[in-house]
Amino acid sequence: MADIFSEFEDRLPQKIIDEIKNSLPKSASDAKVKKILEAAYEEYTIAKVSPGESVGLISAESIGEPGTQMTLNTFHFAGVAEMNVTLGLPRIIEILDGRKELDNPMMEIYLKKPYATGKKIEELRQLALQIKETKLRDISTELSINIADFTIEVKLDKDKMKGIEITNSKVTDAVSKQLKGYNIKDNKDSIILKSRSKESTFNDAYKTKEKIKDITIKGVKGISQVLPVKREDEFVIITAGSNLADVLQLEEVDAYRTTTNNIFEIEQVLGIEAARQSIVNEIFKVIESQGLNVDVRHIMLVADTMCVNGSLKGITRYGVVSEKSSVLARASFETPIKHIINAALVGEVDNLDSVVENVMINQPIPIGTGLPSLSVKQPKTAKEK
Amino acid sequence: MAEEDKQQKTEQELEVIKQAIEGKVERVEQEEQHIYKQVRSIAFSILSPKMVKKMASAKIVTPELYDKEGYPVDGGLMDIRLGVIDPGLRCKTCGSKLKECIGHFGYIELARPIIHVKFVNIVMTLLKCTCRECGRILIPDNKISKIRENLDQIEKESGIEERRQKVKEIIAGLKTTNKCPLCKAKQKKISLEKPTTFLEDEKRLSPIEIRARLEKIPDSDCEIFGLKVPHVRPEWMVLTVLPIPPVTMRPSITLESGERSEDDLTHKLGDIVRINQRLFENINAGAPEIIVEDLWDLLQYHVTTFFDNNIAQLPPARHRSGQPLKTLTERIKSKEGRIRHNLAGKRTNFSARTVISPDPMLELFEVGVPSIIATKLTVPERVNEWNIQYLKTFVEKGPDKYPGANYIIRPDGKKKKITDETKEASLEELQPGYIVERHLMDGDISIFNRQPSLHRMSMMCHRVKVLPGKTLRLNPAVCTPYNADFDGDEMNFHVPQTEEARAEAEILMEVQTQLISLRYGLSIIGCTQDAISGNYVLTKNVSVKREDAIDLIGAVGVADFSKLPRKAIVTGREVFSALLPDDFNYSGHSRLCDRSKDKCDKEFHVVIDNGKLLSGVMDRNSIGEESGLMLRSIHQKYGKDFSIELLGRIFRLGIEFLLRTGFTSALSDTDLPEPAKQKILEDLDIARKDVGILIQQFKEAKLEVFPGKTMQETLELKILEVLNKARNETGRTVANFADKRTNTMIMAESGARGNLLNLAQMAACVGQQALRGKRIEKGYEQRTISHFKKNDLSSEAHGFISNGFKTGLTPSEFFFGSMTGRDSLMDTALRTPKSGYLYRRLANAMQDLKVEYDNTVRDASKKIIQFEYGEDGIDVSKSENGVINVKRIINSV
Repeated sequence: MADIFSEFEDRLPQKIIDEIKNSLPKSASDAKVKKILEAAYEEYTIAKVSPGESVGLISAESIGEPGTQMTLNTFHFAGVAEMNVTLGLPRIIEILDGRKELDNPMMEIYLKKPYATGKKIEELRQLALQIKETKLRDISTELSINIADFTIEVKLDKDKMKGIEITNSKVTDAVSKQLKGYNIKDNKDSIILKSRSKESTFNDAYKTKEKIKDITIKGVKGISQVLPVKREDEFVIITAGSNLADVLQLEEVDAYRTTTNNIFEIEQVLGIEAARQSIVNEIFKVIESQGLNVDVRHIMLVADTMCVNGSLKGITRYGVVSEKSSVLARASFETPIKHIINAALVGEVDNLDSVVENVMINQPIPIGTGLPSLSVKQPKTAKEK
Repeated sequence: MAEEDKQQKTEQELEVIKQAIEGKVERVEQEEQHIYKQVRSIAFSILSPKMVKKMASAKIVTPELYDKEGYPVDGGLMDIRLGVIDPGLRCKTCGSKLKECIGHFGYIELARPIIHVKFVNIVMTLLKCTCRECGRILIPDNKISKIRENLDQIEKESGIEERRQKVKEIIAGLKTTNKCPLCKAKQKKISLEKPTTFLEDEKRLSPIEIRARLEKIPDSDCEIFGLKVPHVRPEWMVLTVLPIPPVTMRPSITLESGERSEDDLTHKLGDIVRINQRLFENINAGAPEIIVEDLWDLLQYHVTTFFDNNIAQLPPARHRSGQPLKTLTERIKSKEGRIRHNLAGKRTNFSARTVISPDPMLELFEVGVPSIIATKLTVPERVNEWNIQYLKTFVEKGPDKYPGANYIIRPDGKKKKITDETKEASLEELQPGYIVERHLMDGDISIFNRQPSLHRMSMMCHRVKVLPGKTLRLNPAVCTPYNADFDGDEMNFHVPQTEEARAEAEILMEVQTQLISLRYGLSIIGCTQDAISGNYVLTKNVSVKREDAIDLIGAVGVADFSKLPRKAIVTGREVFSALLPDDFNYSGHSRLCDRSKDKCDKEFHVVIDNGKLLSGVMDRNSIGEESGLMLRSIHQKYGKDFSIELLGRIFRLGIEFLLRTGFTSALSDTDLPEPAKQKILEDLDIARKDVGILIQQFKEAKLEVFPGKTMQETLELKILEVLNKARNETGRTVANFADKRTNTMIMAESGARGNLLNLAQMAACVGQQALRGKRIEKGYEQRTISHFKKNDLSSEAHGFISNGFKTGLTPSEFFFGSMTGRDSLMDTALRTPKSGYLYRRLANAMQDLKVEYDNTVRDASKKIIQFEYGEDGIDVSKSENGVINVKRIINSV
């Protein structure tokens, strides 16, 4: 039977072959299997795209048209104590823009075996709190400047520190690592910072005071909220804020499944193929949550156009559109004058091989039925004979 | 600016036209001689002063436009050597008349050089990065070649945009160089005072000096800046001559009073010429430098605003009325500009637009055209030996009687209107080779469209059906792809004029071909509303007399009654089966099926065996739009033409049946039995009490706080949960107690319209009004409306509507309902432009992608985007919901 399948390996996509393998009745004879495969192949040939099909525009339609039906709601409350999630049209726009800063960055942190299946959610909460970023401002009650010698005193909230297992030495370590040029003195209930340079002014001290509020004492930078959730039979940590690179470094984290919704970050950490897949996943998630039906192929094509060059490009005038080879095609989108002038400077030539330019000069467009041309064998003239 | 490669073409055209003037003037009169040539490419470059003079056909020297007789002045801006815009005049350059002459450029010699605003930035970088003495780029000789190689490599690999970026980086690095590495001359700091003044160490650089410096830059150094030398020389960016656009692109309008009103561009050019002449005179007369400088600056201002009247630092040039002039940049830019409005978008003749209305008796692929439109829109038909008699009948009827003809076209292209007077002559004249523009007739091909055209299904080809009345009519089943309704919607109607266009429309755009959505691979056209509820009622345990059944399917359009069993009483399912083909098999779920079980109830599961509906009901899942699985499998088996016909019949069967039995929803549909009412009241009461308890706990700070939330937030969440539970409970009660036989329930069950939630809202309780996912919190200080006490946290004070629509809402409840109503209205209003822009961007970015003959997806520059479309090469519109149905294939073999 394996022979029959291998015979069709080149002709049918693997996905269809696998599906046939799985849904075959056990009693099927070789002849029948062959017949089934032949029939599947026939249908597959019928269902294949025709050359010249303007698949790009079809994809754009398929995403643009349901866009009018999506909600504009940014805030979504799914049950109890969930976090804010950007959904609907704003999220789609966010993804397709290729933005680096998201409105609501989020991570889903999967854990390795012993941690993921721990019995109590309480144990997990400790782990989650290890990940959550604690800034100096979170554990201090008061920051003050001594006007006499321009030292900064940070009063620490001992109760809070105990709750998340932070000691004074940890605080001083963190501060000294991230703040250069200051001497730090541990005063039990507070720490005191004194500038090493002799010419420090009040202004400098004030600036430093504001700066040290955001020093990360503990946890992963950028993770502002953590929420352990039970998913099927394992625990997953959902976070607000995202820092894929640093989270993957953690020992307990299952790096294979942990993801973020920040596609730019995925591109940086995991590469362009991962970014492409994550664009597909993220867009599909939104469309599905809105109860709309859009085929993945359309989304894949959009993701592929965003990623062809090996770096993430948004569908904006600075991204994908600026990469077009045709001057007029770029000019017809946005900022036409800029494109025409830059083209004139380098003596660019537009070869009119995309759609809009040909529309502009009333010529058939090289797509679909405009693609094939007719060649005629000229009868030989008398002279040639 | 942009110089088109069409130069050659126009030259040839000119040649032909010149020949025509010389002796064969008659030929031009007879037939418009067009030379058809394909434009292969368009090159962009900067016009050199030489080129400007070469392409100009007149030198403009005077700001005057017309002489006393109103005739254009020679050497003025409306010089007839620049083209003609008045009827009766002939162009002095090409000899052709109005509308034939495309216009010709002129030029002005500028008294002093002027900087072109659009090139200020590049001029700035050139000045900064080249030596002020020797004109060489400020890079040591040994490094130049290396940098050039590097740049070429970048351009080859990642395109011109990247190169530009890299050049910018190099330039940024040069800023600190203050000594020329070649001639050791000291460099001074150059700065730009916007928009067009350059300063060197606070001393002003005159455009003459700038031009002199730019001239010194050698060709080889220009290339590093990305300037390709034969096309561009840096000094061309400082203008010494200014091309004057032809009059045909700035026509003047004659007002009713006989006064002429000139175009904005002409006004601006007038200013330029006037100041330029004054500058000349002053220089020649040896006027003091201050006066000359002032005039020079003024000239600079006018030339600048001629190119762009929207520069931040300059006051825009205005009309006398104070409205800003629309100059070159404004003409090209934005949605209303030349590019997007006139080049990427076209206007068309042979089209109509009116209000639409429904007509279920039309086939899905037909469109009802009012007779008035049918006599105005025409189809050209070429006369030949075989159809001359046929076409003569149209000409005979003339333009007013339907079906007649409006024009005949002679073989030489002359169009002749048919009137009562000319009718006889036209009939005589008609012979093979002529074209008759006859009225629209039944069966003609047309294109029907409704904006916004978001889909390709928003523009489909329909067959014409000429009908009395004044609206365009369509089958209500095709409303879905157009997203049309009949509350006053208007639609556009086009008649293709060539055989090629008709063939393409018929093969690619006809409604049949658009049945399966390319978005998800299911049928988008299906039964809607009454057609669904009609079929649902019919197939759900109804029996009718045989005569009635025959009447019914006869009305639907089936002439063959043999499929109907020979019984006095037939069931509804048998009536429905009469429409189906004999060899059709199908099995699927209906909406009443309980999907959670493996095998659902026999009664509801749809089974069609050999064209007989054995069990189950027809509802949205089988025949509805955007889901209709039965329709999909009929399409798969029998093809598009049969499925569209069957769909039309099923649709008509539904409404015909309802027409005969009657179907309406009543107020009493929302009546509930006493115990149900009691239960709802109790449930709501419990919820109210629960909320009270929560509030009590909150006030005593005993509430268990959710992690990461404040006490207040926790309370809100818990209240929302309780209230939602209460509403769902009432919904369940309504679903359990409501009379299943009422028409409202039938509509909800069949999926025709409405759902249980709507019924529950009418019968029992509208529920919590949520604003941005929260209870309503806005309004007065610490309260929503002044009906409530401050800090009232109770359910009714924050938008919980415990009444149903039937019992009626209290004033405050009504107010809360309006709040959410307004919110959703705002949402729609804000969403439309946002999604429109997203769509435009997507379409623009992806419009060039197509499948090549080797099955790869590539863009216009043949760059591969995907190796195989969608990774398996399957066209969604030819698939079943995006996949090939393997199970069906296995079962069928």
